[in-house]
Amino acid sequence: MFELLMTGSLILLVLTILACLYRVWKGPSMPDRIQALDTIGITLVGGVAIFSVLLRTHAFLEVILIIGILSFIGTIAFARSLERGVVIERKRVD
Amino acid sequence: MNAKELIELIGPIFIFIGTVFTLLSAIGLIRLPDVYTRSHAASKSTTLGVLCTLFGAFLFFLFTEEYVSIRLLLGIFFVFLTAPIAAHMVCRSAYRSNVELAKESVQDDLKEFLKEENVKERV
Repeated sequence: MFELLMTGSLILLVLTILACLYRVWKGPSMPDRIQALDTIGITLVGGVAIFSVLLRTHAFLEVILIIGILSFIGTIAFARSLERGVVIERKRVD
Repeated sequence: MNAKELIELIGPIFIFIGTVFTLLSAIGLIRLPDVYTRSHAASKSTTLGVLCTLFGAFLFFLFTEEYVSIRLLLGIFFVFLTAPIAAHMVCRSAYRSNVELAKESVQDDLKEFLKEENVKERV
């Protein structure tokens, strides 16, 4: 039962990532692709948690935090560069 | 199947429910008409699904090894905090870079507001 639930969850996550990849490939506009990439990042967090339960180890739990932080920073950087043309704005001091 | 095995199954059931929510959000990501509705589907139900998954992993480690994982709690807090902010930023950049709404959408209040703002900046 345990193995069945875990394997089923991993298969559902693979289907989710494939759907997001379809949106990345097809997406009519750039924000579509950014949103799909962000969804892939959040889904990977869940995948790491499932692997950690399946292998019964605590070793992967830091990976969850790191993938979450990197995915968030990447999405914010993409969105800002799309909106203003730059990622970091510098105020000019005269 | 004795009681201990049943208690061990609570975490995996939570994990399975979470992945079902994530898959539903992916269906929304494919089928909805424009970027705003799609990001609505993607951000809300993906956040709920991943929160369920992480909480299931937390319960699994709590019941099997009596291990309270602070890192998983931090992960839950962080995903809950950042995923809606990221979706909001993507929607904002989409609107300000003139991505069209779907044909079915009825109301667009932000358009007149942005027009007034632009007029003020020019004056």
